[in-house]
Amino acid sequence: MSPEMINLIANSTGETLYMVAVAALIATAFGLPLGVFLATSGKGELFAAPWVNRVIGVIVNATRSTPFIILVVAIIPFTRLIAGTSIGTNAAIVPLTIAATPFIARLIEGAIREVDQGLIEAARAFGATPLQIVRKVLIPEALPGIVLGLTLAVVSLLGFSAMVGAVGGGGLGDLGIRYGYQRFMPDMMLAVVVVLIVLVQAVQTIGDRLARHLNKRIRHA
Amino acid sequence: MNAHLGYLGDQHAQRLVPAESIVRLEKVSKTFPGRDGQPVTALQEVSLAVPQGSILGVIGRSGAGKSTLIRLVNGLEKPSAGKVIVDGSDIAALPEAALRHARRSIGMIFQHFNLLSSRTAAQNIALPLEVAGYDKAEIKARVEELLALVGLTDKRNRYPSELSGGQKQRVGIARALATKPKVLLSDEATSALDPETTRSILDLLARINHELGLTILLITHEMAVIRNIAREVAVIEGGRIVEQGDVFEVFTRPQHEVTRSFLADESGRALPPYVQNRLTPEATPGSQAVIRIGFRGPHATDPVLARLARDLNIETNILSGSVDEIAGRPFGTLVVGVPEQVLGTTLDFLNKHGLDTEVLGHVA
Repeated sequence: MSPEMINLIANSTGETLYMVAVAALIATAFGLPLGVFLATSGKGELFAAPWVNRVIGVIVNATRSTPFIILVVAIIPFTRLIAGTSIGTNAAIVPLTIAATPFIARLIEGAIREVDQGLIEAARAFGATPLQIVRKVLIPEALPGIVLGLTLAVVSLLGFSAMVGAVGGGGLGDLGIRYGYQRFMPDMMLAVVVVLIVLVQAVQTIGDRLARHLNKRIRHA
Repeated sequence: MNAHLGYLGDQHAQRLVPAESIVRLEKVSKTFPGRDGQPVTALQEVSLAVPQGSILGVIGRSGAGKSTLIRLVNGLEKPSAGKVIVDGSDIAALPEAALRHARRSIGMIFQHFNLLSSRTAAQNIALPLEVAGYDKAEIKARVEELLALVGLTDKRNRYPSELSGGQKQRVGIARALATKPKVLLSDEATSALDPETTRSILDLLARINHELGLTILLITHEMAVIRNIAREVAVIEGGRIVEQGDVFEVFTRPQHEVTRSFLADESGRALPPYVQNRLTPEATPGSQAVIRIGFRGPHATDPVLARLARDLNIETNILSGSVDEIAGRPFGTLVVGVPEQVLGTTLDFLNKHGLDTEVLGHVA
């Protein structure tokens, strides 16, 4: 493989990591409170607001059911508004974030719903406020599940990021399409796939280890 | 013959000192919206007073309403009608913030401990103190004190998954006591534990009651828990309190059917199978009447069967018996068979001597 090719792969890997990392961070910043709200605003729950819960639930589901490639194109005006442009790596972060936020919110909602209701009752019994219950009980107890959820979200983002090549987003997917497919360079295609596999493996391994380390429910030898 | 061995009369007199109630339920009712739109009544006009410094046990089957009852005391449930007064304030009428503050003086322990798996023993005990806004140094000192109180100083850095059931409940107790409450609510706290561990947890609760003067309200479905620790008992069935009083009184002279059924498994009350299987409600020719004789307090050690034989020449057939201690006082039970024709005379004689009698049936 020529040095130019290696250079291209390195650059594209950098772009992918950049897009995924920034999108994951922003999506978590929005998705975490959203997930907590979804998990605690049902009827009779800590922040009971069943109607708001239902409306947000519908929006979240609508966003999640839109195919990513259509979402990318559909929100181009919004992307331009936020990023100042609709092409390039920074522009790609906008649809990635929008796609990942509701996904992360649902994953966090699921992790929080796994927390034993008895813990909420105990915390109420010793006088904790709803916010204290979220901060000191629900999030710490759900943390292993939240970490696994975020791992899954990052892996999905790696997949999504390959699609934003369609709007000039750059990254490994773009490289694979332009060189591997359009210029008939099977070795480039193979290299892209290998790099993506390594990235996914790395993310999954780190996430699993971290979740296991945080999980005190299981006895560690 | 008038020396009553082992019975301490003055112990009885001591507990008649009137005490102020720290928890008072006044005609409390609670209905929940049911699935089919029909409201479900969990509690119906329940009145209950827990004297300061006492241990009151509420016993009932599952679904009898005892869980709802205990949750009314710290406002986890609101009554549909009636008042819940704890330490002078009406819990049900308090706004949220005041209620949260009031809860700091009402500790609670649970059947499944409800400890945070992500926190060590010490961190779990610290949680109510963090929530109440204590500073770090205060929390550290108080947690050490509590760990020592429940005997877990060496386990302070263990996570709940590394502790046994009994140790987890000790952490639960320490956590409940962290903010120095006046009342401790115990929601089936020993139901998930084996008998030996149950005993040690009950001993700890009794010690806390004694040393700290903490009032304890506990709910359970196990008579043994009441017998070992409570001074007063309330029996709840179908959302109503059907019997209430001094543990010794209720144990030795149960009035309600539900109370009797709870006592059936208790030692001395269950008939041996060879008697139970042959028991008939009607007398048959040549059958014997089966009587349960209860020896309470001063009569627990009276040689009454010997007198029965000597004075009336009635020979009894002992079928089962035991002498036990309930709430610190001796209580004996004998199940005897007597010939049908002298049943009346025997009962008169026994009642005249201050013994409780109950005709259980007849055996051929």
